[in-house]
Amino acid sequence: MKKLLMAFAMFATLGLNAQSKYESAMQNGFTKMKESKTVDEMSAVASFFERVGDAEKTQWLPYYYAARNYTISAFMNPSADKDKAAEKVKGLIAKAEAIEKDNAEIFCLKQQVAVMQLIVDPMSRWQSYGAIAAEAIAKAIAIDPNNPRPYLLEGQYLMNVPEAFGGGKAVAKKLFEKSVELFGNFKPASVLHPSWGKEQAEQLLAACQ
Amino acid sequence: MKAILIFIAGMMLAGLLKAQILVKGTVKDNKGRILAGANIAIKDSYDGTMSDSTGSFSFKTTEKGNALLVASNIGYKTMELPIVLGTDSVVISFILKEEINELKAVIITAGSYEASDKKKGTVLKALDIATTAGANADISATIQTLPGAQKVGEQEGLFIRGGSAEEAKIIIDGTVVNNFFYSSVPGISQRGRFSPFLFSGTVFSSGGYSALYGQALSSVLSLESLDIPEKSELQVGLSPLFATVGLQQVANNKKSSYGFSYDWTNLAVYQKLVPQAPDFFKVPDFHTADMNYRFKTKKNGVFKMYAYYNSGTLGVRNPSLDSIGLWNAFSLKNQNLFTNISFRQFLGNGWKINIAASVSYNKDEILTQVQNQQYQAVPTTNIPVIDQTGFSLNANQWMLQGRVVVDKRFGAINTIRFGTEVWNNTDSSRFQNINGLFPSKVNDFYKAGFAEADLYITNELAFRPGVRIEHSSLLNKMNIAPRAALSYKLGKNSQVTADYGIFYQTPERRYLINQPPVNFLRADHYILTYQHISSSYTFRVQAFYKDYVSLLKMSNSFPSTVSNTGLGYAKGVELFWRDKKTFKNFDYWISYSYLDTKRDYNNYTDLVQPTFAATHSGSVVLKKFWVKNMFGVNWNYNWSTGRPYFNPNRSPKDFLVDKTIGYSSNNFSLNWLPKIGKANAVVVLGVNNVFNERQIFGYNYSGRLRDNNGDLIRSEINPPADRSFFLGIFLSWGVDRSQQNINNNL
Repeated sequence: MKKLLMAFAMFATLGLNAQSKYESAMQNGFTKMKESKTVDEMSAVASFFERVGDAEKTQWLPYYYAARNYTISAFMNPSADKDKAAEKVKGLIAKAEAIEKDNAEIFCLKQQVAVMQLIVDPMSRWQSYGAIAAEAIAKAIAIDPNNPRPYLLEGQYLMNVPEAFGGGKAVAKKLFEKSVELFGNFKPASVLHPSWGKEQAEQLLAACQ
Repeated sequence: MKAILIFIAGMMLAGLLKAQILVKGTVKDNKGRILAGANIAIKDSYDGTMSDSTGSFSFKTTEKGNALLVASNIGYKTMELPIVLGTDSVVISFILKEEINELKAVIITAGSYEASDKKKGTVLKALDIATTAGANADISATIQTLPGAQKVGEQEGLFIRGGSAEEAKIIIDGTVVNNFFYSSVPGISQRGRFSPFLFSGTVFSSGGYSALYGQALSSVLSLESLDIPEKSELQVGLSPLFATVGLQQVANNKKSSYGFSYDWTNLAVYQKLVPQAPDFFKVPDFHTADMNYRFKTKKNGVFKMYAYYNSGTLGVRNPSLDSIGLWNAFSLKNQNLFTNISFRQFLGNGWKINIAASVSYNKDEILTQVQNQQYQAVPTTNIPVIDQTGFSLNANQWMLQGRVVVDKRFGAINTIRFGTEVWNNTDSSRFQNINGLFPSKVNDFYKAGFAEADLYITNELAFRPGVRIEHSSLLNKMNIAPRAALSYKLGKNSQVTADYGIFYQTPERRYLINQPPVNFLRADHYILTYQHISSSYTFRVQAFYKDYVSLLKMSNSFPSTVSNTGLGYAKGVELFWRDKKTFKNFDYWISYSYLDTKRDYNNYTDLVQPTFAATHSGSVVLKKFWVKNMFGVNWNYNWSTGRPYFNPNRSPKDFLVDKTIGYSSNNFSLNWLPKIGKANAVVVLGVNNVFNERQIFGYNYSGRLRDNNGDLIRSEINPPADRSFFLGIFLSWGVDRSQQNINNNL
């Protein structure tokens, strides 16, 4: 019995270490993500996820979070070279896509990068990057119509587009409503899968009222 | 209990095994510059960090033994260094090599004005053209606000750096457009035929252009049409000048689209509202129809078809300078067809192919008459000077073109391009006046082969050698034209470029009928460019020297013969500044050109400044847009010193010594983009020459009537109206396909 317990104890310690290394790293990353406030902290988190991705080789989620955090840090930093940041993010997206094909979340990232590049020079980039963004969202919705995030992102984008160009609060409101509705039933595939956006959708919907 | 102890011991053991070692160091590039934000990681582990703003990094790891430390940074080659993780901390420094990268690399085509989304140095977009005051959404009129392009009020065309209109070629999707402008009317400059909104990319090169193009001594304007548009759209435009309707249909999957439009222009109403100086006895009346079909192939290939047809008539009458009470009447009937098919496909492995073909046709029927007070034709006055002014001309032009260009990318961004093109031009005409009927027909089969390479030695230094070989069946001659560009990057946003090239052009075919053999015309370009381009502003200085080695020259004898003995030069300095960011929603550009040019060509009697060249010219373009109200105000000031004109009262040795008064014009336009019902509307109001400034482009002289001083009398060449107006409303009802797919899910 003692031996059994001992063996179990040994197994448990080793097992804990081995089995959850990836998972605990990811959780660790999520904690850092929540804690980070500055641009530098954000990119540090992003680089952490990137290292996890590079080490794991078969997981797309680390790349997803790396791309997401780089994007957020570039958005947050007014003096960031957004085109350069976009190159970085696109590289990560490509790595994620090589592992996980046709995932709505990845298309959401693509939209965010396009929007990031669009705002560098909206007057002249509106046509080309706006099209890339719209296409990415359309693809995301086609792949997973019950995912609330594409609607949230599209709404967020259209909220800032002048009414004359098909944007505005009224248009965005419908999208936020849809997003909030979908968040009601949304269950991420695992604890590691993306689950963000509910609060944001609710706040933005309130802002449209 | 024991088990728990062992469990704890096990945890501690595991922790002990993971005793942490410090890894630290610095990251720099091969020029010794600090690299912040580089990723440092132990390969196949999660341990690592990012370099800070001083290029240093440090982190702790629990890994043991031999490992690889990887440093990566965007724009640099990733580097791996072996380290041994024992008990001591590891200190290591990385020197990363820069990757040759499109975003960072020097721009080879720095001398040209390029507008595409990919490049930073975007200068001129469709929207820019539509909102330039005074340009009335005409591509060439907007180009005239850029340095190097001369405004010539009485004639259409691109007059670049002391070059005549014939020396510039305009290209749509790889094929030449022979009649880009509406047919010439004496003394009245004509618009370009094509709307700026057909094109997604515009490259205007004021000299030293790529070996991919030829047959232009001065410059090339290359326009690239849109691929698949974003929206299905119905468009309606209304104005006192024209009415237009167009439909563009994009397939649900956005893989194909088709569209057509019809446009009717009639100036009857406008000319009632704004009196015109010449008598338009036949009001300008034009019908235009066009259509397009485009589809995407697999692997991102695009096939495009565009067809354009236009027919128009007009008649204009001015008092004769040769006899009191008589009129000179000019009437024109024109038909024009332009078609283009283009196809581009990626072949994998860095190979890309571009194929283009085009058929175009132009027919002008011109009649000039001497008319009496009752506007009836006067068959003969028995005064040769007067009778010779009457003639009729029927001119037909066919042009067939084919072109293939192959691209191969290698290394990071190095590219070689090579290809071939053939043109078949056939011109036939019937000219008739009192001296008889002169039919003519001339054909030229032109072949060219070309190759060029973009070679990036480093991100800072790039070299583009090129060569073009041409043959003309009409001349029965061949030429070899080398081209070269060398670009060096001075700083993050600034660079210098040196361009050199030999440019050949077949002389205008109409001069070569029944003439002794001649050779190609030739100009050599030497251009030095400095530019500073950031996302907010563009600054550019260019100095150029253009040596007209060979131009066409007509002899004094009768009948005159042509030879290649014409020559000339052009040199100058140009400045361009554009700033979109300093003032919010305010965009402006300023350009200035200094030009020193002389030539002895055609029927010139001396080496002189030609009639189409002004020494100083400049423009200021201002655009303010209020996003909230979707309302914009635009201003444009154009200015140039006077141009030489021919004065027959002078002795022949004082050839072209007289100059007109300087040119100055202030233009204003408003654009407002309201939503009217379900339609997006664009309302445009434009006023050209707001202050009614007097504009004289030159003079027409009488062949026989003299004033009290014994000088031949003359009349000014002015614009048809001093101040001109434009008012238009454009409505579009659009369905954005991506948006529609999203909305279907709501």
